[in-house]
Amino acid sequence: MYAFDMEQPTTLADAVAALEKEDAQILGGGQTLIPALKARLAMPATLVSLTAIPELNGVCVNDAGDVCIGGGTTHHTVAQQAKAHFPALSHLASHIGDPAVRNRGTIGGSVANNDPSACYPAAVLATGATIVTDRREIAADDFFQGMFATALHDGEIITQIRFPVPIVAGYQKFVQPASRFALVGVFVARFADRVKVAVTGASENGVFRWEDAEDVLSSDFSAAALDGLTVSADEMIGDLHGSPAYRAHLVKVMTARAVSASR
Amino acid sequence: MTAIKMTVNGKSVSKDVEDRTLLVDFLRNDLRLTGTHVGCDTSQCGACVIEVNGTAVKSCTMFAIEANGAQVTTIEGQENADGTLNVIQQAFQDHHGLQCGFCTPGMIMTTAALLRENPKPSEKEVRAYLEGNICRCTGYHNIVKAVMAASGQDVSNLVQEGSDVRV
Repeated sequence: MYAFDMEQPTTLADAVAALEKEDAQILGGGQTLIPALKARLAMPATLVSLTAIPELNGVCVNDAGDVCIGGGTTHHTVAQQAKAHFPALSHLASHIGDPAVRNRGTIGGSVANNDPSACYPAAVLATGATIVTDRREIAADDFFQGMFATALHDGEIITQIRFPVPIVAGYQKFVQPASRFALVGVFVARFADRVKVAVTGASENGVFRWEDAEDVLSSDFSAAALDGLTVSADEMIGDLHGSPAYRAHLVKVMTARAVSASR
Repeated sequence: MTAIKMTVNGKSVSKDVEDRTLLVDFLRNDLRLTGTHVGCDTSQCGACVIEVNGTAVKSCTMFAIEANGAQVTTIEGQENADGTLNVIQQAFQDHHGLQCGFCTPGMIMTTAALLRENPKPSEKEVRAYLEGNICRCTGYHNIVKAVMAASGQDVSNLVQEGSDVRV
């Protein structure tokens, strides 16, 4: 690991100021960044840790009924505190990685990293959540811009993610057994006016909405409604864990399971 | 360098460390507490699991200065006050829950966290909770048995089959 200085601000304002230093980088829970630092894949001069900032931590429900989660909230805390308000999101959070990872990893870190196999991006996209940063609000449909790419600028901090709560929702992932990331994961969210379906793990372009499934599920919210659909293998990820055709197949299977598991 | 101070297994310690020092390296190299192991160094194996402020974490995936001011517990802090093995350690010995023993410190620390959250876990719950702890001897059946025994449950009829940990 290359040497760096660590800043541990206790307020958002101090974190923003610290990030103005040259080659400063945000450190969330570190469950992705620290392994990357060990492999010398990153060389920040300064790491600005967000873990000591109370205002970034916690789950609450706003006046509109949206579930608002601070960017520095760990997966474990989301699993516990979102359970009563948004059970599908709690279920998703409680199956990320393993218990020790869930005690450190944060929702803001996961969404900012936009790993093509991460779980949270599927929930953010399927619910049409809003990503709130230290400088603006970004709609989910504008936020994810391909594998590991997002609308965030350098040093922009995700302060909160605001989730509209669906009538029913479900998340199912086919686990890559070594990494426990999603080989394919599907989040289905049924709102009064529309069903949304977001798929992670499958595409070379990162998380995406499967609009054909959204159309059929919006008129008939059942696993059987998907029977006539097919998923193209074009631009699906192919690696030693699964071919593009295999992942395309799994998209439909996991969508059906997510519909059946919705509550 | 940054001056840090924390309580490790009940004892107050303070040191100057490089900011990039991993917590596991601080424990092993600075404090000579070598019971916490580094297995993979890529955050996957769980041999380095310890407790920081009462939660299980991978000490290879956290910086020492992030634990500044924290209460840290390692495998060296698990024995009873009189130096005998605690309930979990004794159950691992009684049920042959270790072969080479390399993963054992992490297994014990994760088990301690599990039993605090869930005092009577089912076999499936044990397997799910230990998902981030890898035993390269593949001795999982007896590890699961030891965890169940440590929770005070009868393990004489425990099915010795792998089960699907996902729900």
